[in-house]
Amino acid sequence: MSDPAVLTGRHFMQGNIACAEGVVAAGCRFAAGYPITPASEVAERLAQRLPTLGGTFLQLEDELASISAVIGASWGGLKTMTVSSGPGISLMLENIGFAVGTETPCVIVNVMRGGPTTGIPAVQMQGDVIQPRRGSHGDYQIIALAPSSVQEIFDDTVRAFNLAERYRTPVFVLSDAFLGHMREEMVIPEPQAIVLEDRKQFPKGVDVETLPAFLDEDVAPMPIFGRGHKAHVTSSCHDAYGRRNVVDATALDVFVRKLNNKIEKHRDAIVRVDQDTEGADVVLVSYGSILRSAQAAVEAGRAEGLKLGWFKLGTLWPFPDKEIAALADRVKRLIVLENNLGQMFHYVQAAAAGRAPVSFCPPRIIGEMHEIEHVLAAVKNEVRA
Amino acid sequence: MSLAAYEHPLAKYIRPSAKTTANCPGCGNGILAQAILQAIDELGLTLDDFVFVSGIGCSAWIPSPSFFGDVLHTTHGRPIAFATGLKVALPEKRAMVISGDGDLTAIGGNHLIHAARRNIAMTVFCVNNGIYGMTGGQVAPTTPLGLNTVTTPFGNAENPFDICELVKGAGATFVARWTTYHPRQIVKTAKKAIQHKGFAFVEVWSQCPVEFGRKTGLGNSVQMMEWFKRVSVSAAKAKSMSPDELRDKIVVGEFLDIEKPELIETLAAVRAKAMAAGR
Repeated sequence: MSDPAVLTGRHFMQGNIACAEGVVAAGCRFAAGYPITPASEVAERLAQRLPTLGGTFLQLEDELASISAVIGASWGGLKTMTVSSGPGISLMLENIGFAVGTETPCVIVNVMRGGPTTGIPAVQMQGDVIQPRRGSHGDYQIIALAPSSVQEIFDDTVRAFNLAERYRTPVFVLSDAFLGHMREEMVIPEPQAIVLEDRKQFPKGVDVETLPAFLDEDVAPMPIFGRGHKAHVTSSCHDAYGRRNVVDATALDVFVRKLNNKIEKHRDAIVRVDQDTEGADVVLVSYGSILRSAQAAVEAGRAEGLKLGWFKLGTLWPFPDKEIAALADRVKRLIVLENNLGQMFHYVQAAAAGRAPVSFCPPRIIGEMHEIEHVLAAVKNEVRA
Repeated sequence: MSLAAYEHPLAKYIRPSAKTTANCPGCGNGILAQAILQAIDELGLTLDDFVFVSGIGCSAWIPSPSFFGDVLHTTHGRPIAFATGLKVALPEKRAMVISGDGDLTAIGGNHLIHAARRNIAMTVFCVNNGIYGMTGGQVAPTTPLGLNTVTTPFGNAENPFDICELVKGAGATFVARWTTYHPRQIVKTAKKAIQHKGFAFVEVWSQCPVEFGRKTGLGNSVQMMEWFKRVSVSAAKAKSMSPDELRDKIVVGEFLDIEKPELIETLAAVRAKAMAAGR
């Protein structure tokens, strides 16, 4: 059966367009955003696609309004998302924390560009990979997916909505200027082959005075507005019924721990890694667009007789710490490749915890892909040392 | 009838678990809360017909948690933006934002003017107490020129907003102002604002005896309400007064009630066009 939301077939598609197609295929019918390079194509495509499907794209006055409207519409029962790049994401951070604290499903796509500050709009960088995890204030857990191809942008965008719905939490898709503007072959499956999840809903006729709606480590049902549940939603410290408590530290303790544990408890179901480490002594750990450099370097290095492998961080958050520890137990050395001056590197190093030495290899020029010769030189240098 | 058997006629609208208020004794919030609930009651509506959204500040606590309906208590300055998404998702519900002058005109001023420009169907009550009450009496964009506050100890050097003029200029289609000295007038205006097709804005000057009255010498709650009575001038009378005569006065009344294309309807039209083209 054909579904106008799902463009089933083989395509030669731009990453940003694949992202938008993932959004509509996932069942999202409300998106809001503000123009920014290199993310605008996602918004433009959604502005074209969503109204034809009975949905809405709003270009709002700023990114603060965009994330706010996205959270509001999610409480109205819709799957919702926003898309931006570094400067815009920085503006959204307060309310991303609101979405965490109020357990609001939504998806945030960051098509990363060169930074800090306004940086370079159309040049790729992986400068915002810690930001989802620690950018908003307080202590919280987040989910962030790191696609490394146009196909994965589509797949991860769909998955991001499913995770957001399942765990009632904001989920990041970390694309970048390179991936977003790259065109390559990708396949959109048949509608029935795309698995979609929906949030657990409050039972009909029940209000929040009698049934908990928050702070369940196995995810409480969501009292969608407009259905008589009389929901009270506050981002201030609250109990399982949404009742504000801003005087007891013990209430804060429960609030913080339950929110964190909700993600932590299910990390095995969220975390995704991939690897080709058969017979490898040295493993290149990478993610996103730079994984492509790592894979190319491994292929070239193996041709030269180097015992190389690659390891992909498919989710950056929750961080695949157990998987890195297991890897570090069985290989001689890890080298982290990312397009920054060392962000995930420190988490890889901490997870390896001395089981194997971990070193860092930035690109020769920040903002460019790692060249194969540059990576292999670094590998040989490390092996010699 | 014994007092124990008496229930306030609006008590049915109060969340059972909300036993207390965080507002100070003498606060004007209770007057507005009662007027809003009275208006809803007189219109024959229930709280389930609404989605309530508030921001940060004392007046944001009018609906949250007390109103026994769907209440979204949001971050500072953003309630109108949250309500925009909520209203698009639930067009059949009435969206109501209740928040303060600092929340709506300082940190959230951009959302206020853009929502007015879009003329999105939404009722916004702005409780204007001329000060940041919750945080301890700091100067606000509505604080009169020259007034001493804890962050303007030598007098406020800035001109205040005329919020109604601001919202009118931005494109709102229903604009009114009252004070807490005018509870009956607020009920009448609230009924119109709730039923208005478009962006309806009602500013309500409200006494903050603790952070405004006490610190500025304007006095306690009763004295502040007497001050509202003394300085309030009807919109009709204000027309024949000079700017000099109007200085230090509060012009009250309904200033605007017009029709313009409304966002939820224009979005529906766009959607219908897109869906027809998509087929």
